[in-house]
Amino acid sequence: MSDTSKKSSGGPAAATGAKSAIIPIFLEPEKIHPRSVSGFFSNWRWLTVWITQIVFYGLPWLNWNDRQAVLFDLEARTFYLFNLVLFPHDLIYLTGLLVISALALFLFTAVAGRLWCGFACPQTVYTEIYIWMEKLVEGDRSARLRLDKSSHSFAKFGKKTLKHGLWIAFAFWTGFTFVGYFTPIDELGQAVLQASLGPWQTFWLLFYGFATYGNAGFLREKICKHMCPYARFQSAMFDKDTLIVTYDEQRGEPRGGRSRTADLSALKLGSCIDCTLCVQVCPTGIDIRNGLQYECIGCGSCADVCDEVMDKVGYPKGLVRFTTQNGLEQGWSAAQMWRRVLRPRVLIYSAILLLITVALFTSLYLRTPLKIDVTRDSSLMSRMVERGYIENVYRLRVLNATEQVQHYHITVQGLPGLLIDSEAHFSLEPTGSRTQALTLRVPPGSSPAGAHPIRITVQADGDSSLRAETDSIFMVPR
Amino acid sequence: MSDFTSEFWHYWIAGVTLISILACFVLLWYSTKVKVAANEDKSTGHVWDENLVELDNPLPKWWVYLFVVTLLFALIYGLLYPMFGKFPGLLGWTSAGQYQAEKDANLAEVAPKFEAFAQKSVQELAADPMAMQIGESLFMNNCAVCHAADARGSLTFPNLTDKDWIWGGEAEAINVSITQGRVAVMPPLAAAVGTPEDVTNVAHYVLSLSGAPHDSVRAAAGKANFASCIACHGAQGLGNTAIGAPNLTDDIWLHGFGVDVIVRQINEGITNIMPPQNVLLSEQQIHVLTAYVWGLSNKPAN
Repeated sequence: MSDTSKKSSGGPAAATGAKSAIIPIFLEPEKIHPRSVSGFFSNWRWLTVWITQIVFYGLPWLNWNDRQAVLFDLEARTFYLFNLVLFPHDLIYLTGLLVISALALFLFTAVAGRLWCGFACPQTVYTEIYIWMEKLVEGDRSARLRLDKSSHSFAKFGKKTLKHGLWIAFAFWTGFTFVGYFTPIDELGQAVLQASLGPWQTFWLLFYGFATYGNAGFLREKICKHMCPYARFQSAMFDKDTLIVTYDEQRGEPRGGRSRTADLSALKLGSCIDCTLCVQVCPTGIDIRNGLQYECIGCGSCADVCDEVMDKVGYPKGLVRFTTQNGLEQGWSAAQMWRRVLRPRVLIYSAILLLITVALFTSLYLRTPLKIDVTRDSSLMSRMVERGYIENVYRLRVLNATEQVQHYHITVQGLPGLLIDSEAHFSLEPTGSRTQALTLRVPPGSSPAGAHPIRITVQADGDSSLRAETDSIFMVPR
Repeated sequence: MSDFTSEFWHYWIAGVTLISILACFVLLWYSTKVKVAANEDKSTGHVWDENLVELDNPLPKWWVYLFVVTLLFALIYGLLYPMFGKFPGLLGWTSAGQYQAEKDANLAEVAPKFEAFAQKSVQELAADPMAMQIGESLFMNNCAVCHAADARGSLTFPNLTDKDWIWGGEAEAINVSITQGRVAVMPPLAAAVGTPEDVTNVAHYVLSLSGAPHDSVRAAAGKANFASCIACHGAQGLGNTAIGAPNLTDDIWLHGFGVDVIVRQINEGITNIMPPQNVLLSEQQIHVLTAYVWGLSNKPAN
């Protein structure tokens, strides 16, 4: 195991006399303290943070129709989305939504790279919020690094405690909001204040809160680097016309410090002054000057800070900027890059996305809030009753997907003399359902022996648009 | 309870499981002691195909901690639940026990509702819409399989919506029918009746009792032989609910209509069984079910 031989032909030059050493089983992770940054992309990022979080934390508090506007009542298996009342039968819409999400992801990844990661992903959003709280308590990057290295003191303990306290409070609020999508949030609030939360609610609140605290407080970029599959398959979705964060190597190299008034061509130096600020602001700890790496989440912080530095030294902006590979290699202008946006891949994604979105919303709009299902009663095929009438029995299941009481009546057709010999009028409460027995009969000799297709229709009294029909079989014995 | 023919297998399974978990601990510990050449490029030093090198990066700390947590979890799990051979676990869990616990929990949850119902009479319950919804559910799940979803039964399964009760239609009688079940036995009576001709005559007489089409000559001849039937079915053929002998004068033919059918019944006898429901249903559930069934044929006149 203490092999120090170097059998490399043309391989990297290994140090001579390399001693054997113990490589530890795990690497003490280097905590990344990104320096705070402001600029064009940073503004956009904070905007998406505000928008996404206002929606997430605000939605459960909205009311509609005397109930919570967005509520996923798992126990009753009913999902409320403002005006829509959805049941397990409507799972197809969730499928449609997932397909739309996937296609949208492919589309804007092909166009602009890891926009989702850098600007909208909850992992990034919560990490940014947590870093903001950390900065509030412990200061900016250099102050935090100094604090980490300093020895234990009362001040350090106090700061760390305050920071974790803020983090835990925020995590608790997040867990509480999450559970508020499944249990009416005002009830939930009362239960928390009176310490009367149910066991499952407590579990999920703490679980989701703990996950927020752990992911945003500690794991941070490790999720992006090691756990998230998006980082790995982005290479399949990028092409040479995808917008990515790039360091303009041609312009920047060779890098090095110089005085402000120096003549660049004489010194043979590029624009990069090697201030390393682009490394200091990076939330994943990479050096963008080495080129695009899989860890890069496309947040644009390095572009922002480099632009700021370029302004200060009087050079033009854009040494680190969003551009495409083709644009960089062939020195295209912005207009030329824009023309390449409408390429086959993007057009096809857009077309399919548009198609499915239109289909989904049309389907939702045309949906009838009444569902019926008929199954033949399994206990008999047919029975003969007095005077030779033939009867078949069915189980009719009806679901009222509206939020008003509805009165329905049943009609049947398909055989001469087919009649209903059971309750043909009934009512259902809002979002209620029931199974009832349906007995149909035909006069003796009116139909030949065998299985006959029939149609059963349920219609709301006074509203001809609210109807549903289904087919079944009527059996006449030999 | 052992599923194996030899005790050896329990110890084998327990041993392999325990040793595997401990081996994982040892593996992790051993990995901390391994010495590897520390090359500048963090590779192991071996090179294949000119420039293919194998790196030796250390594991992430969180990953190692999680590994240890899973191993500890396995040990604790094996202590609490059946995992090491035939050791039943400190919590004494069994799948049958879990089922029973869930059933008991469910009954306890609905108990308050049923408590309220238990205080009321069958007639009161039949007028209570909520009780009838519950009764309908119970009926659909337990009774409709034989008596059909609309409770009108079919061949050999009585119609519960009519006024013909083989064992009595009062609430108490219905309750007993559901709880304890019923076994109706009609013995083969061909010998007692007489010759096959006599049997056919009796069949026609029985048809005449309800006004169904029959041969009057045969019916008159069969009346005398009907004496063998009076013991159970009564002198006028009105039946006897105490022993489950049906009323032969109503036009209801549970086992089928026609001379041939009646002749076969006299020759071969009948055994018709209603299984007892006290195995699956509680007393309070049966009380609600009784009200539902009673209500089917005693609808308020409105």
